[in-house]
Amino acid sequence: MNLAIRDVRHKLSRFLLTAAGIGLLLMIVMGMAGIYQGLSEDALSFLERTKADLWIVQRGTRGPFAEISRIPWNVEDRAYAVTGVATARAFVSHTIQREYQGKPLRIVVQGLAWPMDDGSELPLIAGRALGQAHYEMLADRTLGLRLNDCIPLGKDVYTVVGITAGMAGPSGDGMAFFTIPDSIAIQYDTPGEAVRLEREARRSRLEKQDLGNVQPILLERAAGPSSELPALGTQNVSAIMVNVAPGADPARVAKIISAWSDVTVYPNDVQRELMLNSIERNRKQLGMFRTLLVIISAIIMALILYTLTLDKIHDIAMLKLMGARNRVVVGLILQQALLLGALGYGLAYCMGLWVFPFFPRRVAITSENLLQLAFVVLAISILSSLLGIWKAMSVQPNEILS
Amino acid sequence: MRPIIKSEAPSVDAQSLTKVYGRGNTEVVAMREVSFQVQRGEVVALVGPSGAGKSTLLTAIGLINPPTSGRITISGCPVMSGPRPLVDIRAFRRKHLGFVFQKANLIPFLSALENVQVALEINDAPSRKARKRAMELLDYLGVANRSGNPPSMLSGGEQQRVAVARALANNPSLILADEPTAALDSHRGRQVMELFRMVAHEQKAGVIVVTHDHRALNVFDRIFEMEDGLLKPSFFSSIRTFDGLTSL
Repeated sequence: MNLAIRDVRHKLSRFLLTAAGIGLLLMIVMGMAGIYQGLSEDALSFLERTKADLWIVQRGTRGPFAEISRIPWNVEDRAYAVTGVATARAFVSHTIQREYQGKPLRIVVQGLAWPMDDGSELPLIAGRALGQAHYEMLADRTLGLRLNDCIPLGKDVYTVVGITAGMAGPSGDGMAFFTIPDSIAIQYDTPGEAVRLEREARRSRLEKQDLGNVQPILLERAAGPSSELPALGTQNVSAIMVNVAPGADPARVAKIISAWSDVTVYPNDVQRELMLNSIERNRKQLGMFRTLLVIISAIIMALILYTLTLDKIHDIAMLKLMGARNRVVVGLILQQALLLGALGYGLAYCMGLWVFPFFPRRVAITSENLLQLAFVVLAISILSSLLGIWKAMSVQPNEILS
Repeated sequence: MRPIIKSEAPSVDAQSLTKVYGRGNTEVVAMREVSFQVQRGEVVALVGPSGAGKSTLLTAIGLINPPTSGRITISGCPVMSGPRPLVDIRAFRRKHLGFVFQKANLIPFLSALENVQVALEINDAPSRKARKRAMELLDYLGVANRSGNPPSMLSGGEQQRVAVARALANNPSLILADEPTAALDSHRGRQVMELFRMVAHEQKAGVIVVTHDHRALNVFDRIFEMEDGLLKPSFFSSIRTFDGLTSL
């Protein structure tokens, strides 16, 4: 006869309420792990999909994800010239905040080297990849945009042609993918008046210089976009992604490029580490909270089990008087502790499945984290039952007479 | 070592039991040099005022509260020598002793049947056998129809019958009852006392009942009175003698 189950059945509503409380606590513990996992997955989601072997970034920076990096676009051509390089693609990444339909919209703008990169390798759940050089975008579903939505960014309007899933930056903001020229246009967008004033100032500076006097055509072009002034303006991108040819040694290619004094080159695994380092503090913060919550859960469980044991002290004395072995009494408390832990864990999982999708950031629950938490719950169930077991063991059969 | 039980030996043989609580100025002698025997099938009453030492004697024999000195032998097996147990007392209680108290002390989260069954399962009886035996006992005591009810749904008399069934579950050689009728009306109290007499005679167990209830004393084979820790034959025994049933 299982005494633990019968006792639980006798006080079912109280036990279920207690388990629900424990479940809520464990759900938060589970959520903490999920938030970190989400941070990590968000940070690495794009990196893992690009499958670049090397990342060329601005000298001395840890860009383009952990830190801002700006390098001339023509580094792409220089990279192509290195023996062993199969492809080199420019990459732009920056975060903007605009207002859309009366609500703030934060977007991690990612520039793709269209037509080589059209976004077809991204996890598209609706629509298609980028089909033209301008005015199209792919948006992650977390941004809340729909197919064929027209989003004004800068001076242009972009049509959402595809929706991706699970593509967010380390900050948790959803990603949107554009062609590189479009993403640069969005990044360097300035108000019309500022552009007119800058062009006027540029023309007046040129008029005072020899260059302007000996090159009159330059004076005329000074009134146009700076991107059309190769001698004055240069277009920067965030990084160049390099893939080495089959059979080529990525380390050797990296060594050649790292000899250039204006750039730094990172293999993909180093870039991955840089990304994870950028969220390390968050991980520690969440880890501390998680540890505290586990300790609090253990203390609460111990107090609950102690109270449940105190409620049964007379019955335990009676069992001892009848000659019940210690294992019968220990089993009664330990089984209830394990049942409470298991029920709390199950409720935490079910409530989490229901609640976590409403969280503003991704809460990624992995089997590894679930297994880890299951062991933690098992351990705290056993530990928290010790107080109750100690109390039960100290009960004397003659207490039945009191 | 397994205790050797002799079926022809007295249910209990207590020799020179003394119990002293406290030390020095606070020393209280609750029981002095108490010696007595209870035969198998015999129902014995212990009467006396509160604080006379009845419960001390009962708990000493029940291996719950060891005496300071003296010797206890149950069914021919020496179990206590002074405060020192001579056997595994928890296992001995499990197999050879049954208890009934003023309150039935039924486990509230078990049904009437399970309260009896648990006593059997604690003694390693297989679940199905234990259930069958528990049902037989409830039937024997006339509460089989309430077997599925929790204690909270049983009357005081029914609860006490279930407690008696539980005490009988493992065929104990000695049943100890501490004021088992105190919470019952006179009719039900008498029924419980007669129940003890019936089970003692039919199951060949010795029964010692601590009681204040003088209305049912004529069901006992012998009556002892305790006063100031001393055991003596009771005045009521002579009344019983007139009844021609038994004498001390």
